[in-house]
Amino acid sequence: MSGILNSSIGRKFAMALSAFFLMIFLLQHFVINLTSIFCADIFNEISHFMGTFWVIQYVIQPILIFGVIFHFVMGFVLEIKNKKARHVGYAKNNGAANSTWMSRNMIYSGLFIFIFLIIHFIDFWIPEINTKYIVGDMSGMHNGEFRYFHELQEKFVPIWRVALYCVGFVFLALHLLHGFNSAFQSVGANNKYTKGLKGFGKAYAILIPLGFIVIALVHHFNH
Amino acid sequence: MNLTLKIWRQKNANDKGGLVDYKVNDVSPDMSFLEMLDVLNEDLINKGEEPIAFDHDCREGICGMCSLYINGEAHGPDRGVTTCQLHMRMFKDGDTIYIEPFRAAAFPVIKDLVVDRTSMDRIQHAGGFISVNTSGNTIDANAIPINKHDADTAFDAATCIGCGACVASCKNSSAMLFVSAKVSQFALLPQGKIEATDRVLNMVKQMDEEGFGNCTNTGACEVECPKGISLENIARMNREYLKASLKG
Repeated sequence: MSGILNSSIGRKFAMALSAFFLMIFLLQHFVINLTSIFCADIFNEISHFMGTFWVIQYVIQPILIFGVIFHFVMGFVLEIKNKKARHVGYAKNNGAANSTWMSRNMIYSGLFIFIFLIIHFIDFWIPEINTKYIVGDMSGMHNGEFRYFHELQEKFVPIWRVALYCVGFVFLALHLLHGFNSAFQSVGANNKYTKGLKGFGKAYAILIPLGFIVIALVHHFNH
Repeated sequence: MNLTLKIWRQKNANDKGGLVDYKVNDVSPDMSFLEMLDVLNEDLINKGEEPIAFDHDCREGICGMCSLYINGEAHGPDRGVTTCQLHMRMFKDGDTIYIEPFRAAAFPVIKDLVVDRTSMDRIQHAGGFISVNTSGNTIDANAIPINKHDADTAFDAATCIGCGACVASCKNSSAMLFVSAKVSQFALLPQGKIEATDRVLNMVKQMDEEGFGNCTNTGACEVECPKGISLENIARMNREYLKASLKG
């Protein structure tokens, strides 16, 4: 078992595991956000629970942050190693003849997603950490009612931010269109279920980011 | 057909090299790509110029010796064929064709279009075999029942000719398809299972040491492979490797 992360297959496996974790996180994030367009109270209740339950705050959240950073850093480490594996490039290369644009440009879609995540952290996560752990207000209340739903709506008033988030989600979709099935291949799951899984992966990669876009637009136009 | 060829010329491993333009006229669509290069070389020799060095041997798609990156694809634009099986009918009159060597740090150029692919031999030497004793008690392979699916899948993997098109096509210069085919062909058969743990660990270790890149599952290797080696082999090798790592 020793040294598995020093091998090319071990690194692939680690990338896949972090990808699985991030894809599960993305799904639960989407489900919670989806409640915001149907019922503000449910969204407030779940947000307050997620923001104050110690397991999520002190166990899951650090794992998530580690997972994001690990996936990003490992992605760049692999990219640098792969660039070193070909010193001289081709004068003419027809990559489109044998692979998808998404699969060839994971590093760029990943980079845009990371930039988007920084903006997302500045918009939501840092103010939340400030309120809870610096100001010390764990009540989740503002003017006698839960603040989460109002804060969410306020963020999506400026059209530039909505547009930025939409672009971020498009890159997320592009990344997932290759990444979802690639993660399964990396852990050795290529069997009779692969065809079905590819269909599910495509649906996941398109519907989840599309859903996030719809949520942002609904809050922009309903405010 | 009249064609313009842009061919990589490089005097030796230390030379910088570059593309040189050549005109070839009256090319028959029924010629193979290598025959077209033979004709060009004859012209060059008649003119007193250095002929273009390129690899070839059997010229029937089984030896894995021919290579060439033609118009941006390993073995050219046709599917399921090696360069020696590629015919000029795949091109049009007036075309400009780029001809480059397979590119990878693990495949250094020796001269012109000839590259050193012995890195793949060293991977094979690291574990791509089964140890058969010669005591006289060796069991005949045909005496061991093997289910047809496994036998067919192992045979499909064994059709890999080790040409290196997978490495050349991969944006990461990964040799995973080649190594996985060699791992699979043994892992699926009872004779190969005995040394399966050491085999996969040693072959992957050698692959990494040779400087091949990391697979990112683009699937380009599978598309460009002249023998249609499937990505399923890479998934099988990943499983074999993880299993072996946990054991060993």
